[in-house]
Amino acid sequence: MNAQLLVEIYVFVLAVFVGFEVISKIPPTLHTPLMSGSNAISGITIVGALLAAGSLPGTLSGTLGLIAIILAMINVVGGFMVTGRMLKMFKK
Amino acid sequence: MQDIFIPIIYLFSAVLFILGLRQLSHPRTAPKGNTTAAIGMLLAVTATLLNNQILDFQTIFIGIVIGSAIGAVLAKRVEMTSMPQLVALFNGFGGSASLLVAAAEFYKGEPLLVFTLATIILSVLIGAITFSGSLVAFSKLQGIMRGAPIKFSGQHSFNGLLTGVVVLLAVYAVLDPAQASNAVLAIIVIALLLGILFVIPIGGADMPVVISMLNSFSGLAACSTGFVIQNDALIISGSLVGASGIILTDIMCKGMNRTIWNVLFAGVGYDAEASPLEVDPMKTVKSYEPGDTVVIFENAKQIIIVPGYGLAVAQAQYMVHELQELLEGKGVIVKYAIHPVAGRMPGHMNVLLAEANVPYDSLYDLDQINPEFEETDVTLVIGANDVVNPAARHDTNSPIFGMPILDVDKSQTVFVLKRSMNPGFAGIENELFYNDNTIMIFGDAKDTVSKLVSELK
Repeated sequence: MNAQLLVEIYVFVLAVFVGFEVISKIPPTLHTPLMSGSNAISGITIVGALLAAGSLPGTLSGTLGLIAIILAMINVVGGFMVTGRMLKMFKK
Repeated sequence: MQDIFIPIIYLFSAVLFILGLRQLSHPRTAPKGNTTAAIGMLLAVTATLLNNQILDFQTIFIGIVIGSAIGAVLAKRVEMTSMPQLVALFNGFGGSASLLVAAAEFYKGEPLLVFTLATIILSVLIGAITFSGSLVAFSKLQGIMRGAPIKFSGQHSFNGLLTGVVVLLAVYAVLDPAQASNAVLAIIVIALLLGILFVIPIGGADMPVVISMLNSFSGLAACSTGFVIQNDALIISGSLVGASGIILTDIMCKGMNRTIWNVLFAGVGYDAEASPLEVDPMKTVKSYEPGDTVVIFENAKQIIIVPGYGLAVAQAQYMVHELQELLEGKGVIVKYAIHPVAGRMPGHMNVLLAEANVPYDSLYDLDQINPEFEETDVTLVIGANDVVNPAARHDTNSPIFGMPILDVDKSQTVFVLKRSMNPGFAGIENELFYNDNTIMIFGDAKDTVSKLVSELK
């Protein structure tokens, strides 16, 4: 097992703990925006999609990357926009 | 230089995601949190475009424009009642994007390390299950497919067999990475099938659990894709989303007093045509016209409104808010009691009420409000059923026994607004309706509430 992989596993485990800590403090009132917002965050896979589509043009991988960009962007833009739309409605 | 610079930006965007989620802990700071997370995403995309491996900006530009346009239209057009479908759809898109990124890495044709191949297989597996499972959940919520569980004999054994085949194919692929191509393709196809088979036996009422879980899966898919392309931003963000989905799944299961295994594998669901409910003809209910109730409302000190999904279906939330303001003008305290599984996804009812301008500080969750029913003069149940059924507290034979409920029966008078005596999602009789202090008001919820409003004026 190489050192970089080990570091990645460290990062993963610690991030899971941070996730549980942060998310468990979010009140039930905001659970729907939390879901749509976390949808947007899971669109981070756009990073991989950009690399695949941009670095391998004209290949099968490049095409798969392009489709992945479209799908991930729907998630990112749609997710943040709809979350913003909902959060604006919450008034005291 | 870019070896250090780009990962630092990724770290920065991961930090912004975490800060954004932290600001989501209060409705006041939440809009800022959303912006914070969006800036994090913008940074991550920008950093990626700085990578000198990227040669073809035109393709990228086209992809970004198409995806953004579709996302923007969906986000602008969606009705708040349809939010669960949209989230289901987004889960599916996220899962499939991760699946495609992992597949793209595989089809590059470069020799792969065993570990990388293993993570690719994990990514395509989770991604494919998330994709097809989410599409089924979407179809059920949207009414394209029937909500009732779809079951066939030997279903569990068949799913088990398919899972076994996936494991064997994965082992085969990892043992001989050079010949893995067909095995990976087969894994994708079987995983897509598994996603479908795994969601079709789950009833419509359990969809909140399923979309919470698929939400978690879409995060885990991104996370494992992070291992494939060795990118910490994906690993961190994916883990955050994974954790979020797990927490929400747990809350939904507890709200129904079910285990996740029961939700996933028991195929619980009510089919109105297949099993009509037998009602004891000896039991009677009291029923009033809206006009008869005005005096009771006007003399109340505190009123608790219990909204269920039926309220949103009838689009009565705006009228209910008008009723609230009218009563508050007469000095009555009005509170809303929100059960964890009210609505069709976690927190759905809160959004539906927020849309109708109901202030969030009049909304109370189960633990906060239950002690208050005893001192409440009037409870108004609108379109909720199983979550107010006292049988959950004492009737060990009831299918909902043990489920946490709102103790509405403890208040002095309970008004139940209902279209007819039809049972709720679980298809069981509600003994609340027959209590001495319960009064039924039959009719469309919106009509009834607007009649109440005009009488009170």
